[in-house]
This record gives sequence, structure tokens and C-alpha cells, in this order.
Amino acid sequence: MTNFSDAFAAALGLVLSLDASLTEIVGLSLQVSLSAVAIAALIGLPVGAAIALFRFRGRFFIVVTVNALMGMPPVVVGLIVYLLLSRAGPFGVFGLLFTPTAMIVAQVLLVTPIIAALTRQVIEDLWIEYEEQMRSLGAGPGRAVPALLWDGRFTLITAILAGFGRASAEVGAVMIVGGNIDHVTRVMTTSIALEVSKGDLALALGLGMILLTLSASINAGAYLIQHSTKRWHA
Amino acid sequence: MPGRLITTALVAAVMGLMPAPAAAEQYITLVGTTSTDNSGLYGKILPLFTARTGIHVRVVSVGTGRAINIARNGDADVLLVHHRASEEKFVAEGYGVKRYDVMYNDFIIVGPENDPAGIGGLKSVVDELAKIAKTKNFFVSRGDDSGTHKKELSIWKIAGIDAAKASGGWYREAGAGMGATLNTASAMPAYTLADRGTWLKFENRGGLRLLAENDPLLLNPYGVILINPARHPHIKAKMGQAFIDWITGPEGQAAIKAYRIKGSQAFFPNAKQAVSR
Repeated sequence: MTNFSDAFAAALGLVLSLDASLTEIVGLSLQVSLSAVAIAALIGLPVGAAIALFRFRGRFFIVVTVNALMGMPPVVVGLIVYLLLSRAGPFGVFGLLFTPTAMIVAQVLLVTPIIAALTRQVIEDLWIEYEEQMRSLGAGPGRAVPALLWDGRFTLITAILAGFGRASAEVGAVMIVGGNIDHVTRVMTTSIALEVSKGDLALALGLGMILLTLSASINAGAYLIQHSTKRWHA
Repeated sequence: MPGRLITTALVAAVMGLMPAPAAAEQYITLVGTTSTDNSGLYGKILPLFTARTGIHVRVVSVGTGRAINIARNGDADVLLVHHRASEEKFVAEGYGVKRYDVMYNDFIIVGPENDPAGIGGLKSVVDELAKIAKTKNFFVSRGDDSGTHKKELSIWKIAGIDAAKASGGWYREAGAGMGATLNTASAMPAYTLADRGTWLKFENRGGLRLLAENDPLLLNPYGVILINPARHPHIKAKMGQAFIDWITGPEGQAAIKAYRIKGSQAFFPNAKQAVSR
């Protein structure tokens, strides 16, 4: 397959020349996905921990729903956010459609269930381990939320990375709510889709390689931070 | 500390929510067809308009059906598509102010190099599609309610063939844009109806070649419409009209005429010379 060597050459050419539109696209991809993951973590971590620790009516239903939402197709999320943000929709007055903000909103909806569901599992396991001890110290579920989130932080980073993986890899939602507008809402995944539609498969695959490399470096960075801080705390 | 983690996350979140620097510029949103975008036309002519007026044009490219839907919702300022009947209906229903001719090009039939259905020598596109249907050779349809799709359906109708009945058999509906459909056709290989601009620019032809062209039925006119500010008050009517005046005026028309893909003219300007005000 010549496509693969062409793709590699295309990717290398773009990176080495520090192609201006490439850096813009990469920058926007990171801005959108990292913001979405940060907001999703702020919501998903406490919500996931609360579901794990509190016993309430309908809890089973909520656990199943959050788990099911992990499999929500991005294109459906995109469509929902489109209908909400469209001028004809309830939030139309803000004029947010086809902006990076709309893309962040869509990705927050995609990523929050992933972080919440994984957090619930992690915290539930920790609670089984520590419940007796914490209760003997007079700490109920309310006090345990921050304590266990902190205790499980290294495992929870993996939950956040899973969310980041989802955000940076999806194309369905950002395509619909962003519109893939050059210099405004064009990110890595939508440019790949665009190059495929132009039939420039080598360039598309090259962009895919760059995206994979970026994702790998973010994961490597997180792993290194995890391990160096773990050693400090040991 | 958890505090620091949260602060970092908050800062990142706020950074993300801040409008991109581009938002400060004057712009209109143009919703148009994938075929004009994939052909590379916008990249060539829009900078000229921006240089002249300082107005940036944000292009959202989708099939004509969805483009009209987006315009109907007021999510764009200007609509540039290629299905005359839908455009006139859009204006008649009060969603658009007025339709202007902009340019035209044409559709072509591409297919496998060895032309297994033998359409090469035929005179009319109706006969060609009929032959593909009769010999049950693969035909990939856009299947996405785009202008190109509607054009294809209208030809099947004239030929008296119910292609949808063969859907999944020799008739395959891709439900995708022009480029993606050409990718599918090239991989199968299969026949398909494509607009000339996208075909000229298309890089992944594989074993496909141009087999039929130059039938009056295959003419592909584009129209441009300002979304009606009476219906959607946030529409940037002045800037949108400035764009329409420009693209239907001498400078825009000359730019369309000058645009070449690999040496061939891709679009033919046909705006009425009198510029509306």
C-alpha cells in the first residue's frame, strides 16, 4: 500500500514545516477537548462519588442510566446540542451554534457520563474497603466523598484519560455543532473527515497519525505524573 | 493538593469558553453545498471578498437538503445551493429574501474504466442510467437529499425506473457527501453521478473515469439567497447582501470564471449583470 508511506510522508512534512494551519487545528482540538474534559471532570467526579456512596431511591436506575450514556453516539449528542443551540431552539438567542463553545458543550455531554460511571466504580470499591474504618471515625458518606476522591486520585486519572480519549477522537458531534469552519471550528477529526471527502487519503491518514501521536503524548505525560507523584507519596 | 488540581481544571475550562480571537472580526455565515467546497472554489474567491470588504465568510458545508434546513432555522446568513425548485420554495415560504443566479457547472457520470454496462457510446443521460439499471451494474447514489441526489432522482424518474426498489442490490445509497460517495464508487467499483468540480479535484479516482457528459439535463445551476431578516432578526442582512452583490457582481463573477482546477474551468458565472440593491 503506497497510501501508508504517503501518509507518513505527509504527516512528517506537516510537522517538520510547522504548518500554520496544522498548528491552528491542533491548538483548537486541544483547547476544545481539554476544556470539555476539565468541565466534565468537575461534574463527573463528585457526581460519580455521590452515586457510589449514598443510598437513595432510584439509585439502581441512575447507575444503569449513567453507564448506558457512556455508549451515547456522538452524532446523537451533536444533534441534540444542535437543536438546543439553533436559532430556532431554546438557547438560540446566545448565537453559540458553529462556535468552539458549542463543541465544548457537546463534548462535555459525551464525556461526563464516562467520568461519572468510572468514578462511581472506583469509589464504590474504595468504600467497601474503608467504610468500617471511616464510620468508626464518625465519617459518613458525605465526608467520605472528598476523602475517597483524593485517595483514589491515581486511578481516577485513568477515568479522566478515558474521557479525554473519547473527546479527542470523536467527529460526529463537533462536525454537527461546529460546522467544520476553516480557522474557526476546524479540529483534527473534522479535518480528517474533510480530507477523506476530498479523496486525499494520504493527507487524511497523515493527520490521523499526528492525532494519535498527540493523544499518546498526553497519556504518557499523565502516566509519568502519576508515577512520579506516587513515588513522592510512598 | 486537590485545590490546585481543581484550579488548573477551572482555568483550562474558562480558557476554553473564551471566544476564539477570530470572533472579534466581522463575519457572515454561509451555508452551502459540499460540492462547491470540495471543489476548492471558496478557498480561492472568498479571500478576494474579504480583502475588498473586511468581511470574513464562515463556510459550513453540508448537502443541499440540510443546508436549507439550517438556513430555515436561521443558523446562517446566506444560502448557496443548487436545487432550483427547493430554492424557489424556500423564498416563496418567506425564509429567503430573493434568489439570485450565481453560476453553473454540470454533472457527469463516472464509472469503472472498462465500462461494463457499455454506456460510453450513448447519447442521453436517461439512456445511460437505463442501461446501468438494465445490466444491473453497481450504481452508488448520494442518498443524502443533496442537490446532486435530487438531480439523480429526477433522471431516474424521467427514465421511468424505480431505482429505490433495487436499493441494496445494484443500487447502493451511500448517504454521504460527494467525495465520500466517489470514494465508495472508486472502491467497488461502481457508476455514480458527480458534479464536475468535485470530480476534477478528486484525488482517489482509482479505476474510475469520466464516461458521460454534456447532456442538457445535467446542467447544474447554483443560486444564492439571503436569509430573510424579517423572519430572523439576528441575520446580518447588510453584510449578507454585500456578499451577494459581490459574488453576482463583476468582481465575483470574474473570480468564479478565473478559477481553474488542474487547468479546467470548473464553474461558469451566469448572474444577471444588473446588481440589485
